[in-house]
Amino acid sequence: MGAVLMAVLGHNPWEAFTGLVAGSAGTAHDLATTVRKTSPFVLTGLSVALAMKAGLFNIGAAGQFLMGSVGAVWVGIQFEGLPVWFHLPLALAAGIGSGSAWGAIPGWLKVSTGAHEVITTVMLNYVAALFAGWTVFAGSTLSTTRPGPLWDPTAGPVSVSPDVLASARIPWILGPSLRIHWGIALALLAALLVWWLMERTRIGFELKTVGAKPLAARYAGMRCGWTTVLAMTWAGGLAGLAGAIETLGVHHKFAPEFGGGVGFESIAIALLGQGYPLGIVLAALLFAVLDAGASKMQFDSGVPSDIIQVIQTLILIFATAPALATWLLNRVSRTQRAAAAAPGLRA
Amino acid sequence: MNAAPLAEQIGLRHQSAGNRRNMPYPVLEVRGVTKHFPGVVANRNIDLDLFPGEILAVLGENGAGKSTLMNIICGLHPPTSGSIRVGGRRLECRSPRDAIAAGIAMVHQHFQLVSSMTVLENIVLGAETTRRGILDPATDERGVDELCRRFGGQLDINPQAVIDDLPMAMRLRVEIVKALYRGARILILDEPTAVLTPQETGSLFQLLRGLRNQGTAIIFITHKLREVLDVADRIAVLRQGEVVGHTRPGATTEQAMATMMVGRAPSLTVPKVPGVPGPPMLQVDNLTVHRNDGTTAVDRISFEVHQGEILGLAGGQDNGQTELIGALTGLRPVSSGTVRLNGHDTTHASARRIGREGGTGHIPEDRHTHGMVEGFSVAQNLVLNLCNRPPFTRWGLLRLEAIRAHARRKAAAFDIRATSLEQPLGSLSAGNQQKLVVAREMRDGLPLLIASQPTRGVDVGSVEFIHHQIVQQRNAGQAVLLASYDLDEILALADRIAVMFKGRLIGLSPAAQVDRNRLGLLMAGIPA
Ligand SMILES: Nc1ncnc2c1ncn2[C@@H]1O[C@H](COP(=O)(O)OP(=O)(O)OP(=O)(O)O)[C@@H](O)[C@H]1O
Ligand SMILES: [Mg+2]
Repeated sequence: MGAVLMAVLGHNPWEAFTGLVAGSAGTAHDLATTVRKTSPFVLTGLSVALAMKAGLFNIGAAGQFLMGSVGAVWVGIQFEGLPVWFHLPLALAAGIGSGSAWGAIPGWLKVSTGAHEVITTVMLNYVAALFAGWTVFAGSTLSTTRPGPLWDPTAGPVSVSPDVLASARIPWILGPSLRIHWGIALALLAALLVWWLMERTRIGFELKTVGAKPLAARYAGMRCGWTTVLAMTWAGGLAGLAGAIETLGVHHKFAPEFGGGVGFESIAIALLGQGYPLGIVLAALLFAVLDAGASKMQFDSGVPSDIIQVIQTLILIFATAPALATWLLNRVSRTQRAAAAAPGLRA
Repeated sequence: MNAAPLAEQIGLRHQSAGNRRNMPYPVLEVRGVTKHFPGVVANRNIDLDLFPGEILAVLGENGAGKSTLMNIICGLHPPTSGSIRVGGRRLECRSPRDAIAAGIAMVHQHFQLVSSMTVLENIVLGAETTRRGILDPATDERGVDELCRRFGGQLDINPQAVIDDLPMAMRLRVEIVKALYRGARILILDEPTAVLTPQETGSLFQLLRGLRNQGTAIIFITHKLREVLDVADRIAVLRQGEVVGHTRPGATTEQAMATMMVGRAPSLTVPKVPGVPGPPMLQVDNLTVHRNDGTTAVDRISFEVHQGEILGLAGGQDNGQTELIGALTGLRPVSSGTVRLNGHDTTHASARRIGREGGTGHIPEDRHTHGMVEGFSVAQNLVLNLCNRPPFTRWGLLRLEAIRAHARRKAAAFDIRATSLEQPLGSLSAGNQQKLVVAREMRDGLPLLIASQPTRGVDVGSVEFIHHQIVQQRNAGQAVLLASYDLDEILALADRIAVMFKGRLIGLSPAAQVDRNRLGLLMAGIPA
C-alpha cells in the first residue's frame, strides 16, 4: 500500500523500495545502522507492551528513556579508574534505576489516587525533558542562571555533557568503524527475559490476570495495586535501559536532542508486535529498516523521507485495526469473484 | 443489501401460511450446515426447519453445538458448508446486520447490552430514528412504548432505567424488546432461563406464548427439561454436532429426553444420606452490607453454617444474596457486623487473606465477571486462584508440569470438553466453562464452599455429577453455602434452607420442613 501511495504521488515505487532495502542493508555500514537503531526500538517497544499486558497504557517511554540516559551518563562521566566490568554495569544499572523510578511514579499515582496513567505519563514526559535539559544546561552569561550539574564546561555555550569515560562505554562488536555495539545483545536478552517473566513466573501470570480482568484478579486474591506499580516500574526500567544503551553505546554523552524518536514508535512497535516479545523484536527491526533506509530512499528515488513516516503510520493503522484489513481484503476478493463470475453469466 | 424487502416478504409468506393452515411454510430452513473449529466439528450436516408460530426447543449436552448453530443462523459465524433459507430465500449472511434485516434476532447466552446506557438507548441502539442526522429519542420512546403495550403487562419496563441497575430477568426482557423492535419474526433465545427464578421463568413463558400466537417463530435453548415440556411445541435434540432426533412434549418424558441427549439414562435425583453436622465453620453475626449506590443490600443478617452441612439460600434476584456472598468472600466491604471463618475473624479480610486463612471455595454467581479469564488457557484458568500455592509454584516460578497434570485431572473428573488444555477458555461452550469454574473450586481440605448458581448453564448429566460432588464435599466435612435461584436444586441438596427477601433472612428451617409451595411464599416475602 505504501507502493500505491508513492505511485499516486508520482514516484517509482520499485526504485524507492530498492532504495529502502539498499539504505538499510546495502552495505555493511547500512546494515550496522539498522542494527544499531533496532535496540532502542526493541526495548521501548517491550516497555509499552509489558505495561499493556498489565492493562496499562505507558505513554511515558520517552520520559523514562530520557531519565535512563541522564542516569547512565551521570554515572558514566565520573568514577575514573573503575574497571569496565564494574563501571559499565553500574552505569547501565543507573539508567535502568532512574527509568524504573520514573515509571513507578505514575504507577504509584494510579494506585494511590486513581490518576490515569495516560495523563500522568504524558505530563512526566514534559518534566523529564525539562529536567534532562537542565542537567546539561550551559548556563547563561547574561543572567545569573547557573549551568546544570552535568554540563561540560569545556563545551563552551553548547548544552552537552562531558564524554562518558571509556570504562563505561558499551564495547563495539566489530571494531569502531561499523559502530555496532553490544547493546543489541542486551536488547535481545531483555526480550527473552520479558518472555520468561510473562510465561514462566508467578508474578507474570498475576500481571497478565490483572491486565486481562482486574475483577478476576481480585477474586483470585492477587494484589492488583502492587502489580500495577511493579509493571510500571519494569516498563520504566526497560525504557531507561534503552536510554542508557543509546548514551553509553552510541553518543557517549548526553545532549537534550538525543531523546527523540522513541515516544510514539514504541507504542506502534508494541501494537504491531501484538505484545509478544518475538513480535516486538521483528516489529522493531522493521521500524529500524524503515528508519535507516529512509534517507537512502530519498537520495536514490527522490521520494521524500517523510513518506516513510506515512508508511509507518499506515502499517500501524492496519496492524491495529484488523477489521479494516479484513474489510479491504473482502472487498478485493469480492471484486475478483465478481470478475471471475462475469464471463460465466454471459455464457 | 436486498435483505430489507426480504423481511417484508417473510411477512407476506407468513400471512398466506396462516390462511392455508394445513400447508405451513417453514420460515427458516437450515440445510446441511457444517461448522469446523480448529480440532473440533461443532456442527455436522445439520438440517432443521422452523415454522411460523411455533416454539422449537433445542436440546443437547454442553458442547453439542447449539450455540454454534444459532450463531450461524444469526450471521455471527459463517458456516463451513451448508445453507440457510429464510422464507424460502437463501440468506447470504455476512454479518448479524444481514440476519436482522431478514428478521432474525438472537438473545445470547451472555447478554449483549451496554450496561452503562438506559433501557431505551439499548433497545434502539443501531436502529435509532434520526431526523436530519440528529437523534430523535421522543419518536423512539413512542415506538418502544407502543410495542410494549401490544404485549400488555408482559413487557413492563422502565425505559429510563440504566441496565446496570436492573436484575437479570429485566435485562432479558430488554433483550427481547430489542429484538422485537427490530422487527424480528424469528427469535432465538440461548438459555434465557439459566438466570431466572421459577416465577420469572413463568412470566417469560407467558410472553413467549403471546409472541408465538402472533406468529413469531421461536427457538429456545435450555437444559431444564421441565421447561421444555412446559413451553415447547416441538423438540430437536443435538448430540456431538448432529441432530439425533425430533420429538414433541406430549410424546416424551424428561427421562426420555435426557437419554436422547446423552445416549444413556442419567438419574435425575441425587441420593443423599442425612448429614452429620459438626461445629460451626462460618458464623455471620448481624451483618450489614451496602450496594454500590449506598442502599442496603444485606440487612442485619445472622446465621451459621456448620461443618458437614449444606445451607441452601433461596430467593429471587436482587434480594441481597449477591452482596452477601461478595462480603463473605472479601470482594465487597462489610458495613457492620462480623464474619468468622473457622474461628478467625474475616469480617474485613480481602479475598487474598481469606485464601491464606485456609480458604473458601467460591463458585461465583456470574463466572464472566470474576471466575475466569476468557483469553487464558484451560490449564491456566484451572489455577487462576491457586497459582501462588505450593504444587503450582516454587521460588516464584510456575511449575508448568504440575499445572498441566492438575488440569488433566480436573478436566477428566468434571468432563470438561476441550480440544486441548491450551485452548483459550473463551472458545469452550458455556456449560464447559461453568464446569471448569466448579472443578477449580471443589477442593479437598477447605473449610467452606460457597456455591452460587453452581449448575448455571450445565447439562443434565453434569448437573447430576456436580450435585454428587457437592454432597460428597459436605460428607467429607466441608461446610457448604449454596445459593440458587433454582428451587429444585435447593430442595435436592440443602440440609437447612433459608430465604433471602429484601436483604433479610427469613424462614430458616430444616429442609424436611420446607416444600416448593412454602418456599414460593417465602420468596414472595410472606412468612408462613
Ligand atoms: N470460537 C471457537 N473456537 C473453537 N472452538 C469453539 C469455538 N466456539 C465453540 N467451539 C467448540 O464448538 C463446540 C460446540 O460449542 P457450543 O458453544 O455450540 O456448544 P453448546 O451446545 O452451546 O453448549 P452449552 O450447552 O455448553 O452452551 C464445543 O466443542 C466448543 O469447544
Ligand atoms: Mg451454548
